[in-house]
Amino acid sequence: MSIQAYIKAISYYLPPDILDNQTLAEQFTDWTAQSIEKKTGIAERRVVKKGVLASDLAVKSAHKLFEEHHINRKTVDFLLFCAQEYDYFTPTTACVLQQKLELNQHIGALDYNLGCSGFIYGLSLAKGLIVSGIASNVLLLTSSTLTRMLHPDDKATRTIFGDGAAATLISAVASSSPINNQPHIGDFILGTKGTDDIILKNRWARHPMGKLEPYADKSGSFRSDEHLFMRGTNIFVFILKVVPKMILRVLEKAQLTLADIDLFVFHQANGYILEALRKKMGVPKEKFVIHLKNCGNTVSASIPIALAEAQKAGRAYKGARVLLAGFGVGLSWGATVVVL
Amino acid sequence: MQLTELVQKIAEEFEDTPKEQITAITKLKDLEEWSSMHALIIIALIDNHYDIILTGEEMIDAQTPTDIYNIILQKQANK
Repeated sequence: MSIQAYIKAISYYLPPDILDNQTLAEQFTDWTAQSIEKKTGIAERRVVKKGVLASDLAVKSAHKLFEEHHINRKTVDFLLFCAQEYDYFTPTTACVLQQKLELNQHIGALDYNLGCSGFIYGLSLAKGLIVSGIASNVLLLTSSTLTRMLHPDDKATRTIFGDGAAATLISAVASSSPINNQPHIGDFILGTKGTDDIILKNRWARHPMGKLEPYADKSGSFRSDEHLFMRGTNIFVFILKVVPKMILRVLEKAQLTLADIDLFVFHQANGYILEALRKKMGVPKEKFVIHLKNCGNTVSASIPIALAEAQKAGRAYKGARVLLAGFGVGLSWGATVVVL
Repeated sequence: MQLTELVQKIAEEFEDTPKEQITAITKLKDLEEWSSMHALIIIALIDNHYDIILTGEEMIDAQTPTDIYNIILQKQANK
């Protein structure tokens, strides 16, 4: 017998306000609603109202998790909060969330700042906590309110990103060996390469203030140090170079082949990138989840949202072997194979 | 790999531009249909057909299919 960690339940929350392609096409007149959907695979995104923060969405997603899956919040013994903005410089937002969610006091709680790879890193931390006997029920909250940090005139980012949060409960289970087909979170491949290809420069210690006026860089990309900047072509190249190799490595580590995987759930970057990856790796469409048409790219919440939807649709069934992969700001990437 | 083959493949990726309008010396970014998505499409195309991944900077500097062809040849030679 051994203690394994597995994904017990996922719920997610999207804010109610919708930003559709028609509204964007009225602002960016060289694009039509149809051309935006064709380029991105996204028809609409949810956006937060002014003053609504990542932790607010996280609270809503956690409440949904407790209600939808009948989970007793007092069983949570570790809280991980992944976001790119926090309520205060200090204290840690996860500590604020302990109180807001009325969790027990004898729990561990911490924040970590990652974007599109955040869910995979959260699973790796949760697995480590569980397998080492430190915790038994880890509540992982991955939340994004990136639309708050986009310049209103930056069409490259405004057409892609949407806000949302996911709550995932990762729990301990006693398994007999071999654990092959029993629910568990398997091996990981993680990677990091520090670059400024995706960056929001200001608002933190290194650049509390900077160049406020937007400007165009060499590639004609829109830049403002007060807002998120993304060098889209470089990100695409990075994804093409890194992700297929990472997938092969995680399969090799797990002693599996592509054909052994029942479902592939990647970070929902945009429709074009996902399709390029799927084709490059030769994954059949029926095994590849694309879920962003009505929510856009929700950063660290995108994988659990897509996985939860695949569960509802019966594609991610109990016992299914699912390959999860995240990649983005950092640059940071990670992949794992889980059995649900 | 032939330059004419590359020109043809690039031309196929433009939906609204007549194929004959795209030649080896066409400045792709001057085409009315050009958008930043075409940079990604061309990078994916070259990756798929020639197993070479152009960088973002190389795509910014390359003006014509001939420029792209020369970058591919150089990268193949350095492989």
